[in-house]
Amino acid sequence: MIFVTVGTQLPFDRLLGAVDVWAEVHPGRRIVAQSGESGFVSDRLDIVARLERKDFRQLAQEAAVIVSHAGMGTILTALELCKPVIILPRRADLGEHRNDHQHATAERLGGLANVRVIWDESDLGPAMDAALQGHALPLDQESMSPNRMQLLQEVRSFISDAA
Amino acid sequence: MRKAIAIRPAGRRRVLAVASGGGHWVQMLRLVPAFQEAEVHYASTEDVGHDVAPAPYHQFLDANRDTKLKLLVSAVQIAWIVLKVRPHVVVTTGAAPGYLAIRFASLFGARSMFIDSVANGNELSLSAHLARRHADRLVTQWPEVAAKTDATYHGSVL
Repeated sequence: MIFVTVGTQLPFDRLLGAVDVWAEVHPGRRIVAQSGESGFVSDRLDIVARLERKDFRQLAQEAAVIVSHAGMGTILTALELCKPVIILPRRADLGEHRNDHQHATAERLGGLANVRVIWDESDLGPAMDAALQGHALPLDQESMSPNRMQLLQEVRSFISDAA
Repeated sequence: MRKAIAIRPAGRRRVLAVASGGGHWVQMLRLVPAFQEAEVHYASTEDVGHDVAPAPYHQFLDANRDTKLKLLVSAVQIAWIVLKVRPHVVVTTGAAPGYLAIRFASLFGARSMFIDSVANGNELSLSAHLARRHADRLVTQWPEVAAKTDATYHGSVL
């Protein structure tokens, strides 16, 4: 199963369209898509406007590959579940978001082992094929990173120092 | 060496951990281990109390970019949550509701930490800008952002 998500707010039909095109060439794969506030229709995708968090996590868990906008909810969930995720950042100049912070997110997080960034929807096909052929990503159970330990310590100290 | 503090419920810091839904909430969940020694109440916009049970969970209306009426209802709910919890400390991973919680809680002398979303890798978010003058600690999750703003960097949820 392939899980596609564009969040629950703004539409992102450029990504859904690219997935739909891919699905046409690759029939027989189940594709579930959380479409947000979009009118996108396709009989090749199981489209749900908005998923409960636990259903979202369940689908992410079951997916062979996750395809997403550059939203932190998806990227962090993929990280926690050690799932390959293909990211297409939203573009403000196409009216897909209020600003280009997803571009920055994608640039900064493209280096994570399980994240593959595509900058153009036409690159979805090759990225999908590579992910599904399972060029095994070096994904172990996620361990606590030094970055995260540092932030946890900072929050802990802030709380215990509060008079 | 820091002296070990005996944990008595009455003496524990009461923390309100507040975040918008979606990615903001997922980032808050990655901070849960930091609240182990505190009495922590969580607040967010979706029905996600099961993520943090048995800790108390308070839900409020998501009002980002919605009508002014919804925004007002959301603000009143957040004020009410702050009144009920009376936190010593507010920690938020954004967005606008975190800023509001900081404003309300500061009226009761609470200390506050605004942690800007890890999604903001080039500049601070609008909510972080709003929180700048009110949060005791403004934190970015990117050293590059810390270098050009008054936010500080202390690691990230990644």
